Amino acid sequence: MSQYRLEVRVKPRPGLLDPQGKAIHHSLNSLGWEGVNDVRVGKAIYIDIDAESADAALEAADAMCRKLLANPVTEDFEVSMVGTPEKTDS
Amino acid sequence: MKVAVITFPGSNCDYDLFKAAQQVGGDTTFVWHRERGLKNYDVVLLPGGFSYGDYLRAGAIARMSPIMEDVIAFANSGGPVLGVCNGFQILCESGLLPGALMHNDSLKFESKDVLLRVERADTLFTSDYDPGQILRIPIAHGEGNYGADTETLATLEAEGRVVFRYVNAAGETSEEANPNGSWQNIAGITNEAGNVLGMMPHPERAMEELLGSTDGVALFTSMVASLQTS
Amino acid sequence: MTNPTAMQVSPREGDPEITAEVVADHGLSTDEFERVQRIMGRDPTFTELGVFSAMWSEHCGYKNSKRLLRLLPTKAPWVIQGPGENAGVIDVGDGFALAFKIESHNHPSAVEPYQGAATGVGGILRDIFTMGARPVAVLDSLRFGDLDSGRVRYLFSGVVSGVGDYGNCVGIPNIGGEVQFDRGYEGNPIVNAMCLGLMKHEDLITASATGTGSPLMAVGARTGRDGIHGATFASEELSEDSDESSRPQVQVGDPFTEKLLLEASLELIASGAISGIQDMGAAGITSSASEMAGRGGSGIELEMADVPVREAGMTPYEILLSESQERMLVVAHPGREHEVQAILEKWELEAEVIGRVTDDGKFRILEHGQVVADIPALPLTEGCPTYEREGIESEEIIALREMDLSEHLIPEGDLTRSFLLLLASPNVASKQWIYHQYDSTVRTATAVRPGGDSGVIRIRGTNRAVAATTDCNGRFVYLEPRTGAMAAVAEAARNLVCVGALPTAITNNLNFGNPLKPHIYFQLREAVLGMRDACGAFETPVTGGNVSLFNETDGSAIYPTPVIGMVGVIDDVAKITRHAFQSAGDDIVLLGTNSGEFGGSEYLYVTADLVAGQPPSVDLEGERALQQAVLKMNHEGVLRSAHDCSEGGLASALAECALGNGDSPFGVDVQMDEDLRPVIALFGESQGRIVVSCSPENTETVLALAGRYDVAAERIGSVSEVGSGFSIKVRDGAVSATVSDVADAYFRAIPGIMDAPSGSEA
Repeated sequence: MSQYRLEVRVKPRPGLLDPQGKAIHHSLNSLGWEGVNDVRVGKAIYIDIDAESADAALEAADAMCRKLLANPVTEDFEVSMVGTPEKTDS
Repeated sequence: MKVAVITFPGSNCDYDLFKAAQQVGGDTTFVWHRERGLKNYDVVLLPGGFSYGDYLRAGAIARMSPIMEDVIAFANSGGPVLGVCNGFQILCESGLLPGALMHNDSLKFESKDVLLRVERADTLFTSDYDPGQILRIPIAHGEGNYGADTETLATLEAEGRVVFRYVNAAGETSEEANPNGSWQNIAGITNEAGNVLGMMPHPERAMEELLGSTDGVALFTSMVASLQTS
Repeated sequence: MTNPTAMQVSPREGDPEITAEVVADHGLSTDEFERVQRIMGRDPTFTELGVFSAMWSEHCGYKNSKRLLRLLPTKAPWVIQGPGENAGVIDVGDGFALAFKIESHNHPSAVEPYQGAATGVGGILRDIFTMGARPVAVLDSLRFGDLDSGRVRYLFSGVVSGVGDYGNCVGIPNIGGEVQFDRGYEGNPIVNAMCLGLMKHEDLITASATGTGSPLMAVGARTGRDGIHGATFASEELSEDSDESSRPQVQVGDPFTEKLLLEASLELIASGAISGIQDMGAAGITSSASEMAGRGGSGIELEMADVPVREAGMTPYEILLSESQERMLVVAHPGREHEVQAILEKWELEAEVIGRVTDDGKFRILEHGQVVADIPALPLTEGCPTYEREGIESEEIIALREMDLSEHLIPEGDLTRSFLLLLASPNVASKQWIYHQYDSTVRTATAVRPGGDSGVIRIRGTNRAVAATTDCNGRFVYLEPRTGAMAAVAEAARNLVCVGALPTAITNNLNFGNPLKPHIYFQLREAVLGMRDACGAFETPVTGGNVSLFNETDGSAIYPTPVIGMVGVIDDVAKITRHAFQSAGDDIVLLGTNSGEFGGSEYLYVTADLVAGQPPSVDLEGERALQQAVLKMNHEGVLRSAHDCSEGGLASALAECALGNGDSPFGVDVQMDEDLRPVIALFGESQGRIVVSCSPENTETVLALAGRYDVAAERIGSVSEVGSGFSIKVRDGAVSATVSDVADAYFRAIPGIMDAPSGSEA
């Protein structure tokens, strides 16, 4: 058993309006940055979880996204491993 | 008293603040965020609302508006600046006040009347109140939870820069009386020089009996009075 | 001008062929398609089919409701604008006019509650400011299943956040509303949003396209693929597959852009640079452009390549049907486009010329100069077929109504326990959990905030105010539609007079199941007739509203729910009354009579899990007399408080008066001797009753004034100090509790359910 650290990235689904991204895009333009074509805002969620294997940890995180962390109607998600797993007693 | 009410895209309490200043005899003007120059004004007001939708962080985008350079210069030269709600958030984002306003601990928008205790009745914003006076003022915010690093908070208390605190009917700071989780029930603070006040509750909504309370009037009359003596 | 025929249009490369299946997918019956063919004089192109399917959807075409809606009274000397425009408008005195309307966003809210509710608020705001009125208040009328379901709690909390976040960000106070929780709404939440706007008479602008050659401009947000076929989506029932396959349909709202759009639109209207303006709501550019053409009796030509888009590669079909939010269609005076652009630029919004007004009566769409759609405009907007269906009452519901309820009249355990249980029922309990998430004081005009009978907005610069309420008890309408609809109108009127407002006009949102089913059409027809009768009796004409049909999941329909949004005028703000008791020692007077009815009551639902029995009857003349009596008492200044009796009956009404907003509660000492079973006396929901309190020196006057209008009135007790407790004695029973227990039951109920630590998924 090891502790794995996972990074979950939740983003607005392509095609849906992202009001935050739009406002930030506009501001960046106003502040002088040229060539900024699009801005979309998501969030990163970090989860430390005990699991038997990396695959098991990723599977668990995937299920968490479907159930709670992402809104399937408006958001997409990606899960990846961060850092190295730490062995725990067990 | 010449009053400037700075309006950002998305400010929606500018009208209320304008009316409040006008009610105490202020010669009040809306100043759009793209305009420049505040030399002709005696008082600058930053209203509540959702400038830029509160997107990214509340006040973060507004703070970059051209007019903010003038607001900062005005404040640094000692001019009175009042920031209410989103205005308070903008003052913190711009560094004119320390700390930050975070999400209410309930994670919900809180819209109701609260009771405030006047901690300092000797500022230019509160001279018409009595020390310890209890005020009934509406709040309406989702991100009013005031916090800062430990050192800053200690300094604020030590220097008596907390001007208003949330209290219960008995005048005590309690958890129940705190609508958003603010550290030490802080509802409003000033800068070191005492000419910049940021507060989450809306005194401009407590100006008429018909609307529920007139406890906000003295804040505006205090400002008028301060200008007459200066 | 005779209706022009459509010109020949070559099919667009890449567009699907028009097959019977494609037609069916677009929600058109074979008859309707034949009608399209006759109008066009040929087969429609794919783009044209899309346009017809949107305009002739239930949501835009009112196919199954129009004939019934024509039965409603719509005229009065104070009505400036009746049904047919974006909102109704009435005169409210001192040169001011009130624009108001209610609208639904039910189907999107079932799939994505936060955005569905948010965009519902956005849409109704635009309907108001497109008339030239500044929105001054919103109200929300909500229905959900029982809160013991995790899914329902999710929908409820999402909808409330959505309504709150959008309205708060735009800066419009929410001054009232209502919510009912009943398993009848499981799977199909109801989200209706009402908006009021104020303007001077001369500010009113209508949405018609006139002036050949006038440029049409798209202003506000860019067009994306949001909600394509949302209008058709709202015209179909939801099935279990709805979540996945519905993914493209939900629009995302941007209240910040809406705020900018609101300010820009009002400035545009004031500038005189435009001759018409319309918001793009359901069926987007299509409905706004064709409706403007229809009203103006002219034609419209749009170039799709000029429409500002958010996504690459959008087809004319997609652009025309997109329901991207926060967009308006503007008709500028020729030569003044630049003024329009300057105003929009100030507010950091886009404005582009996308077409012009013509005089050939056609709705014509170009793509890079090529015609892709050419439709006679008037038949498009006026030629939608309307149907009168068969209406037969459901046998099952008749049986429910005639059920013998006597066994349920025997209280289990003591009455006080039942009373506290009732107070803690979400339908009766305090709704602070909801409205404390809504800014109710922004714009410093809210004279009565949520929590009372009606919200009140004062009109600055005058001594006047306007009041508004939304009401409907779906259970009553379910059990007997005509009675239930009359009851909804009656309750709204009572709620208005309780704050001192004269009931003046209504907007209504008809929320029903599938009208093709005879027992549903029966409900629809009967409800409209009930509304007609009550509005006629109260002189409150209908100035507009919304119809939302097909609210069913897997064949099970919601209760028929005709939500009434009623507005009233207050002549003098000094006469505003509120629902809470003011002073210990005041007398409590009950106006009206308990007729002993029990059907459809909250008590029955809470104790027996039943919605059955004869709903309370409505005596329209008696209601009218009660309204007049209370208004008279209000004018004479003899009332300390006034509150209508509704869900939970008299006992709950008294609790609400005693508790107020919780800051300074009172006790109650009431004694009544009616010849009624105790649960009926305490918890029966008979109509036509209002509880008032007055200083003892005014009690005689109150009783006399009631008598003058033939309204039954009885002094039933007095307001007491909080320490004296809450006591109601009826002939064969009593309720007795500490005020603290009453307060706990009432105020802690919904937070207890919603803010409980998680782990309570059901």
